[in-house]
Formats: sequence, C-alpha cells, structure tokens
Amino acid sequence: MLLINCPYCGPRPEAEFANGGQAHIARPADPMSLTDDEWAAYLYMRDNTKGLHHERWRHANGCGRFFNASRDTTTDVIKRTYRMGERPEAEHQGAKP
Amino acid sequence: MQKFSALSLLRAGLTGHAGWQRQWRSPEPKPGYDVIIVGGGGHGLATAYYLASRYGVKNVAVLEKGWIGGGNTGRNTTIIRSNYLFDESAGIYEHALKLWEGLSQELNYNVMYSPRGVLMLAHNIHDVQSFKRHVHANRLNGIDNEWLSPEECKEFCPPLNVGGSMRYPILGGALQRRGGTARHDAVAWGYARAADALGVDIIENCEVTGIRRAPTGEVVGVDTTRGSINAKRIGVVAAGNTSTVMNMAGVRLPLESFPLQALVSEPVKPIFPCVVMSNTIHAYISQSDKGEMVIGAGTDVYTSYTQRGGLHIVNHTLDAICELVPAFRRLRMLRNWGGIVDVTPDRSPIVAKTPVSGLYVNCGWGTGGFKATPGSGEVFASTIAKDEPNKINAPFTIERFRDGAVIDEAAAAAVAH
Repeated sequence: MLLINCPYCGPRPEAEFANGGQAHIARPADPMSLTDDEWAAYLYMRDNTKGLHHERWRHANGCGRFFNASRDTTTDVIKRTYRMGERPEAEHQGAKP
Repeated sequence: MQKFSALSLLRAGLTGHAGWQRQWRSPEPKPGYDVIIVGGGGHGLATAYYLASRYGVKNVAVLEKGWIGGGNTGRNTTIIRSNYLFDESAGIYEHALKLWEGLSQELNYNVMYSPRGVLMLAHNIHDVQSFKRHVHANRLNGIDNEWLSPEECKEFCPPLNVGGSMRYPILGGALQRRGGTARHDAVAWGYARAADALGVDIIENCEVTGIRRAPTGEVVGVDTTRGSINAKRIGVVAAGNTSTVMNMAGVRLPLESFPLQALVSEPVKPIFPCVVMSNTIHAYISQSDKGEMVIGAGTDVYTSYTQRGGLHIVNHTLDAICELVPAFRRLRMLRNWGGIVDVTPDRSPIVAKTPVSGLYVNCGWGTGGFKATPGSGEVFASTIAKDEPNKINAPFTIERFRDGAVIDEAAAAAVAH
C-alpha cells in the first residue's frame, strides 16, 4: 500500500485515496471542432509511461480534494505531490512517455 | 524434435533419463527474418508456431527480453473459458477453446488442459439477471453455459458455503463445463518446442530497444540488446510493455498497464473440483495438480511496471474466499506475485494492423489473456501472414475506439473494475 502525501492533509495510506488516471489532460476547448481521431485520442489514448508519470489522485476518504502526484512507475516511489493547477517541476517534465 | 510418447518415456526410463534432448535451440540471431515476434510469452510463441505450421512462414524469430514464459504466461491463474457476452468475444475466445481441446496432441506436449468446469457465482439480483443473459447469449453462439441453482452449485462444488450467513450469499451460478485450467508453463514450453522444430528461432535475453523504419515509413527491422536484426514484418505481443515497444514506432495505443496479483496456498489433498469465479466479490480460485489453491486477486488502482502490487488487494480477495469456502480459513498462503497487464478501455483485446506498414500488434488482453493463448496466436499469425485481419479478429482494431464500435466486455461483466 502506498503512502501518499496529500498536499492538504499530509501523508495518508493509499486506502484513503481514489486514483484519477493520467494528469494534465485538458478537455478540448471546442470539442465540436475536433476530428474523430482527435476526440478518440482525448478520450482513450494514454501515455502509459514507464518511468516518471504524472497522475491525479483524490483524497476520497479524507478532504475529498483532487491533486496530482509524480510517481515512478518502475518503483512506485512518489517523488512529489502538488496541487491542481500547478505544473510538474521542470526536472520532472523531462520524462517522456 | 524428439517425439514424446509412452514408448519414449519407457525407453528413457530404462536408460536413467539421460538421453533427453534440449527442447528448443538457443540460436544466435540471424541478420534478418521474414517476421519478428516481439515478446516470448504464450501469445507470441503461439503466433510463431501457427505462422510456421499453418501459414507457411518459417523464417521467424521470437525475441524475448527475459526468458520465455517468464512474464504473464507464468504468472496467471490458468483459467480457460469462452462464455463472453458479445458475439465478437465469443468468436475469438471460443476459437481458442476449440484449439485448447486438441492442443496437447497437436504440440505433442502435455499442456494439462483440464475441462473441470468454470462456475461463475451470482451474489445479487443484478448478477442473476446478467449471468442468465450471458447463458442465453452464449447458447445462441453455440457455446455451452448453464444456470445452476445454489443447491446445484453446492453439488457441483461441495466446499462452497451456500448458507444464509454470507454478506453476499450465493444466489446461483453460470457453469461452463468445457472451461477449466491448463498448465501455463507447459503452454509456453510446448509452443516453443513445436515452433523451434519448424525452424523458428527463439532468442531469449534479447530486449528490443528500437524499431527501425524506412524513409517511406514501413518497418525494416529492430535494434536489440543483441544487435540489429532486419525484418519485413514485426508483430508486437508484449503485454504490459506493449505501449513502450509501440512508442518506438511512434504508435500510441489506448492501453494502461496495471499490476495484477496471484497467490497460492500450501498444497493440500484434492478438495476443490472446479474453477470458481466471483466477479462481484473478486474471488478466483482453483486447485492445481500439486494441491495448491491457486487464487487470483484484482489489479491495483494505479498504473505500474513493478510486477508487484499492494497487500490490501490480496487481502480483499482472501476475505471473499474465506466467506465462500469457510474450510480455507485455516489454509496458509505460500507465495504471491504480480504481473503487468495491459488494459484497454473496453476490456477487449486489440489484434490488428497498425498505422505503420509491416507492424502488427496483439495486446490489451488485460486480466484474462491466458485463456485466449491458442486462438490469439492463430488469428495473429493469420493477420501477419496475409497482411489483413482474419474474420475472427477483424473487430478487434485500434480504430474501434475512434469509430465507436467498442466491444464492451467491461460493462458486460457488470462489476466495478
């Protein structure tokens, strides 16, 4: 079980959290202008990163708030958690899918 | 290939079992092949075998980064069934089940296919309705599946607790009698041996690090930890690592990789005569021929490549099993492990051509790929050999997510995934 550092509540066991999948996927501003391929990519295509991966979590059985975590999927070590609206740190942005 | 038979066993027995040959060669990679299969699990080895045996393509290499069958093929709970809801799924899983029935004879290798019956338990009204719908849909597709009352479930599998004390009582079950188990290692070894005998090179400890393409776009080979190898066609069958390999060719797929765990108990005398599955309370259990109870747990909620998962996932499954089979409360668990499964949004596989010419992909089998091994390999071999999908795997494209033609077995399973 992971120990996850909620940016609002501090470290709590994984059982208190719900995973929200890959982070930083913005809903297209004008969905009607998208091609079918672009819409499918938004809905279904994921990086599935092997390495540093940015993902959403929700402290479902705690404060209830969403936040992001940067986790290495080869070790499951969470390098950092950060609030919604923040970007991953520059050193982390280097990680490609 | 040294053929196995009662006579060869007797002869070897009289000479101290000293005369057995290696079951497959350990060749150096050739400069090039007609087809390279990336991934030496059951599906990849089966693909190579059927390419050589049915489709006349013998200049084939299987590249495996570790050892064959060391990934999910050797980590699953060996359940075989074909009672899926939708016609497309019924087609591909039943194709596999028919091949399982003759597989030991075809490969001259005992894969220990044991049609002991797969009993899927219903615990609420919704389950009952959903499973009865499955029974009817399966019968329309010519697949055996029947509804059992709680008493009939108890008769078929005596250790089950059908009393009224359970939080989720057993309200009945759907039984596929032709379902069962097979020995997973033997499946990998049997296919490897048979493919090798037809000239397929099985190259272990050979990780693909790049996919090379011509300026015109089509694939021309792979870079590996054992050097570059040319290939006219490449089939990627890399389970949890498929996204990583396909990224080398710039192809994005609707896949996420999750750890899925399994565990076995200490061995006990025969007590559990069939496979029991409960999607609702997440319990999957059968008894191996060694006597261990083989138990499947769920996936973790986060993507990972670690081949291990959280203990609370395993505990959750054991809670359910202790309710279902009270006699198992005193069993000790011996070992647990994880494998990385690649999951699609609709929980159906992708067995298809890709936007890159000469590159094919067989992935997305998620938490239930073992059962499909022979069928998956056979249709993938056909797709690679003919450069067009077989009618059985034609619906399992990447484009179905764009076109809305999903095969939603996730919804059909009627449980929270």
